[in-house]
Amino acid sequence: MPVPIRYNIRNLRVRKGATVMTALGIALTVTIALFIMALLAGLNDAFMTTGDPLNVLVLRKGSTSELAAGGVQRDAMQILKEVPGVAVNARGEPLISGEDILVVVLPRRDGTGEVNVTVRFLTSLGIEMRPKVKLVTGRWFTPGQREVTVSNSIRKRFAHADVGDKIPIGSGAWDVVGVFDAGGSEHESEIWGDVNQLSTEFDRTVYSSLLIRATDPSAAAALKNRVDDDQRLKLNGMLEPDYYASQKTSGAPIQFVGIMVAVIMAIGSCFAAMNTMYAAVANRSRDIATLRIMGFTRPGILTSFVFESLVLSLLGALIGIVLMLPFNGMTTGTSNMVTFSEVVFSLRMTPFVVGVAILFAMVMGLLGGLAPAWHASRQNIVAALRN
Amino acid sequence: MTMARFVRKNAFRNKRRSALTALSIAFSLMLLTLMMTIWRAFYFDQGSVQSAQRLITRHKVSLVFFLPGYYREKIRSLPGVEYVVNESWFGGLYKDDKPENFFAQFSTDPQELLKVYPEFQIPPDQVEAWQRDRAGCIVDADLIKKHGWKIGDRLFIKGTIFPADLELNIRGIYTAPQPTESIYFNNVYLEEAYPALKGSMGFFGVLAHSREDVPRVAKEIDEEFRNSPRGTKTESEKAFQLDWIAMLGNVKAFILSICVAVVFATLLVSANTIAMSVRERTREVAVLRTLGFTRTKLLFLFMSEAVTLALAGGLLGSLAASGLVTVMAHSPQGSMFLNGMNVTAPTLLLSMAAAAVVGVASSFLPAYHASRQNIVAGLRHIG
Repeated sequence: MPVPIRYNIRNLRVRKGATVMTALGIALTVTIALFIMALLAGLNDAFMTTGDPLNVLVLRKGSTSELAAGGVQRDAMQILKEVPGVAVNARGEPLISGEDILVVVLPRRDGTGEVNVTVRFLTSLGIEMRPKVKLVTGRWFTPGQREVTVSNSIRKRFAHADVGDKIPIGSGAWDVVGVFDAGGSEHESEIWGDVNQLSTEFDRTVYSSLLIRATDPSAAAALKNRVDDDQRLKLNGMLEPDYYASQKTSGAPIQFVGIMVAVIMAIGSCFAAMNTMYAAVANRSRDIATLRIMGFTRPGILTSFVFESLVLSLLGALIGIVLMLPFNGMTTGTSNMVTFSEVVFSLRMTPFVVGVAILFAMVMGLLGGLAPAWHASRQNIVAALRN
Repeated sequence: MTMARFVRKNAFRNKRRSALTALSIAFSLMLLTLMMTIWRAFYFDQGSVQSAQRLITRHKVSLVFFLPGYYREKIRSLPGVEYVVNESWFGGLYKDDKPENFFAQFSTDPQELLKVYPEFQIPPDQVEAWQRDRAGCIVDADLIKKHGWKIGDRLFIKGTIFPADLELNIRGIYTAPQPTESIYFNNVYLEEAYPALKGSMGFFGVLAHSREDVPRVAKEIDEEFRNSPRGTKTESEKAFQLDWIAMLGNVKAFILSICVAVVFATLLVSANTIAMSVRERTREVAVLRTLGFTRTKLLFLFMSEAVTLALAGGLLGSLAASGLVTVMAHSPQGSMFLNGMNVTAPTLLLSMAAAAVVGVASSFLPAYHASRQNIVAGLRHIG
């Protein structure tokens, strides 16, 4: 028969001081781990949810970023319009969008300095090809005007990015006429404007990239190969989701520091839990001997104390999750290692993240409780009773 | 028995508990020392003498935009400027896109690079060989060691930002006071491979006459190009590096919150241990009181025990941190952050001071309760 669970719970209650302090220590570690995992989950989400598997992104051969030097020639767009497999919209226009990328410097609203922000120039066809992007206030930019529409996150994070404000691009100021929501994708970090206005004003003769919509997944793969193999074009095609997924490396520094911090703190918390459990075992040596005499087995005692330690760590995990709740959904930014401009994303406590954090706490509890529990199950009954 | 001995004996009388407490504090303080080291390197360290004398001029908007090459001569003519050299980030791939094969490649002017970076140590005959070979390059000594290259080897680097690939000959090996993980090659070579780049430079390295000249020179350069189509942003080399760190996000808040969490966790661990220890010694405290120990003395005794334990943990942790920093600064991933960092004596002292404060703060309440307890009740206590 196993030792009743109630025995452990009551013991934790009797020594509430030690229980609370140990649980709080574990909670702090869990909070830090949760924070870092939520950060990475949000960042990965921004990269992973961007792009439609039917869209093929075309860049100059050898280039890995839309910001690289030398772009896509305009006549390439004419050639690719005729290629079979390109989808058409209701008005019969082939869905192919020539786009250009610029970077501007904007001051953060919270006064922590100026950062680079990506400005994407495209046409209404380009907007149509990204159905996840929706207008929330104002309107889209007018072709042939110095107008831009900004994402919700950009509006929230940067000063002078509200409807009615002006954003300096090159030597001129462009009016902000609307705000769009990009559903957590990487376009959430962008400002959009008219590509033809840009090319007349800046005398830009090439596009940074082309985006082509295929009729179906197999056509998308065929289009990608068609672009890659055409020796005249010297272009490189990739599926849009793959391009954004490759930018996930931007999270590597956070991941490296985060894992290091979480592991070191966890080891410290393990020792603290061990200390508390050893004290619990020492205080109850007579209890344990009595239990043994009553017929509870050694494995029973071992399981009981490990269980107690696990309950302690779960309590810690619970407090840690509660401590983290206010940070959930907070927007923050880091630098995109491919475009050197800011990626805006939200902290996301996904069920997976919470699950990993609970598991993380339980590992601490298990490692901390195993040795004391072993010690408890091995002690000499007679000596303990005489104590 | 002296008081110090009495404290020490008591602090370590439950060996397992003392060891676990000290270890737990050690891990937390190791993290604290690491964070303080990073903080110091980012925000306090001014770098080498030459670095403090150097400025970087780049495009006002972003490093991804180029500056006209003629800016170089204009900058050179400004008062307070000693040498100017152009540099461009090539950003190519060596072998593959794995992070461990990544290093920086800069195209530059071999005639003037080493004047702007006088701290680079390189034999004069190697410099000459580099200047003579248009396809030559010089490589950081650490990079040579990492990849097992030698002088005369050929490096193939695939361009990603530029539609051009490089085939370079290693002509020289330089050592820098801080690892740079970089190679430098002739900008003429790149211009021939990609003619559209002719006359454009990524950024300029400027060596000022003296450290004091740096802020004035920065202002002068930016003023010079204020009304040009391509404005500049000039700042000290340190500020330029800080810009990169700032791009990662709110690093200061991140480090600070980790430090606060760590100190608080240490406080909890230490308080828990002292509370357990005091509870077990209820009867002993009463005996000490009857022997004539005053309340103040008992308070002092318990608090000293906590400080002893915390300091033991702190010493262990900060020493482990120095070891870890040394090891990580040389690992391929770690070097990204801890490049050229080391744990300095003031950082160690600060971390020990933090340990002592934690010891005092955590033990005050339990020790105070112990010193206040009723003697008769204490003697009767069964525990």
